[in-house]
Amino acid sequence: MKKAIFLLAVSSLLLISCSQKTSLSGAGATFPLPYYNLVFKAFTENAGIDVSYGGIGSGGGIRSLKDEVVDFAGSDAYLSDEEMAEMKATIHVPTCLGAVVLSYNLPDVSSLNLTGDIIAGIYLGKITRWNDAAIQAINPAVSLPDKAITPVYRSDGSGTTFVFSDYMTKINKDWENTLGTGKSLNFAHGIAAKGNPGVAGTISQTEGAIGYIGSEYAFALNSPIAYMQNAAGEFILPSSLSISAAAQEGIADDTRSMITNSSAKGSYPISCLTWIIVYKDQAYANRSEDQARATLSLLNFILSPAAQAQTTMVHYAPLPKEVIDKAQKALSEITYNGKSL
Amino acid sequence: MSDKIFRSLLLVSALILLLIFAGMFFSLSKGAVPAFREFGFFGFIFSDKWISGTGQSTEQYGALAFIAGTLMTSVLALLICLPFSLPVAFFVGEYFRGKKVAGVLGGIVDLLAGIPSIVYGLWGFYALRPLIQSLGLSEQGFGVLTSSLVLAIMIIPYAASLSAEFIRMVPQELKEGAYSLGATRAEVIRNIIFPTSFSGIFSAYVLALGRAIGETMAVTMLIGNTSRIPRGLMDTGNTMASIIANQFGEADGLKLSSLIAIGLLLFLITAIVNFLGRLMIKRHSV
Repeated sequence: MKKAIFLLAVSSLLLISCSQKTSLSGAGATFPLPYYNLVFKAFTENAGIDVSYGGIGSGGGIRSLKDEVVDFAGSDAYLSDEEMAEMKATIHVPTCLGAVVLSYNLPDVSSLNLTGDIIAGIYLGKITRWNDAAIQAINPAVSLPDKAITPVYRSDGSGTTFVFSDYMTKINKDWENTLGTGKSLNFAHGIAAKGNPGVAGTISQTEGAIGYIGSEYAFALNSPIAYMQNAAGEFILPSSLSISAAAQEGIADDTRSMITNSSAKGSYPISCLTWIIVYKDQAYANRSEDQARATLSLLNFILSPAAQAQTTMVHYAPLPKEVIDKAQKALSEITYNGKSL
Repeated sequence: MSDKIFRSLLLVSALILLLIFAGMFFSLSKGAVPAFREFGFFGFIFSDKWISGTGQSTEQYGALAFIAGTLMTSVLALLICLPFSLPVAFFVGEYFRGKKVAGVLGGIVDLLAGIPSIVYGLWGFYALRPLIQSLGLSEQGFGVLTSSLVLAIMIIPYAASLSAEFIRMVPQELKEGAYSLGATRAEVIRNIIFPTSFSGIFSAYVLALGRAIGETMAVTMLIGNTSRIPRGLMDTGNTMASIIANQFGEADGLKLSSLIAIGLLLFLITAIVNFLGRLMIKRHSV
């Protein structure tokens, strides 16, 4: 009996000490997870505030924010006007840039050019062999094998699929009419795999396969990546430079923009922003003002040059200055019970 | 005094379990309502369409493709596991009963049950899939057969140890009676042990089936995750558990509700299968 009371006392003490220290929790997209791990750790070291982030998918993150159980949500897709109307006022803070790359498994091919139309042909089942005339025409120096193409796609709902299909819809009419844009599409050809690692693994295990994966996975795994033709007609490899170039222009003031098929010179065409979404008024679900201030300082930290410089370490790209300015302006609108922080 | 405390403690924990069960059922049903309202209860169960509203398509969800995938993989797994688990059960429960070799074999088989399913999935992905490809059984190696093979290995320990238990329970007098009449060992097994413990062995397989139906991770990695009714053993498909694992993270609205509805159906199916299994054990032991 005494022991039980002692345990109870200890656990309640622990609970009290936990609730007194400010800590932040967020949930959402897995796409920027490697970058967030790095940045949140640096933030904890600087500010002494713990940040926990659950990589449960963009949709799950937004659900958690709607249920008011997290301080922020990470998302690869911005909220639509209808979604925003259903929630309290939110702001989008872009955190870094990434890209979706086309990775392939052709042992004897070291460099491959692709266009959006060809990729559409492959995923729609119209181009089925690697030595198809359309692929050969833009790869004059490469001898392409007479091998079946196996397209690989994501079986799970994913921001990666969303960005990829957003680009494809812009480029190709057939794609727009049949598959469209979304987090999961009704693919009729190819094989499905779960998550970026699943797609990357399936490609590396299947000769003749091609698939789309988040750039950070492709870089980390050293898988062969195709050159993509951008709107200016250049064939471009994804890199920090070419991805950042895609965000140079055409970003809306609230940063809710897709940057696929950018017309900027030297830009990689399937680039994307990723966001942290927070409530504009930080007083909800009994959060303290300290909690609100901690959230704001975390977001400011992510936009700082030091944190942005870390993006390239984990194969993302830093935000261009124009985008940082827009994000900081959005942050200045954050309030707590109507009063500016 | 302490007896009273202990009793109320037991009562409370038992009640909490009941409450959790009821809560799960309630929240699943509540979440599934929008899907059932949109498509109708039977309309949802008997539709094999799983279409996200992208492009020019309209949202349409049904569970039939996943129910089919679940039944195909788990029943096939059960059939594959039969010729392995039954001999193990007789080996451990009768032939070498109480001997060291039976203990070792029984232990190893039980060990299979302790391996996390993701490990089975990885093994299937990196070892079994290339094997199936190189045998020319299937172009890309994923599909119903690949997942069933892995599932079969996963449920062998459940089927084997429980069956062995029932084989051990066959009364010694019956067996001795048969031996005294000059029956050989094989005859005793065929005519005495098997008929006497049949309903017990059957229930062991029903419980193993329940395990196969709910298995998620390993199947998700191997079945190919295409949302249509598999057209054969080599075709890819999707199970109820794997569609939830795949799509839950990014789902919202009607799709989320449809996934929860599939969860509810899965919950009901496994509950029924387990209930039948336990019912048969009970009958057997009376």
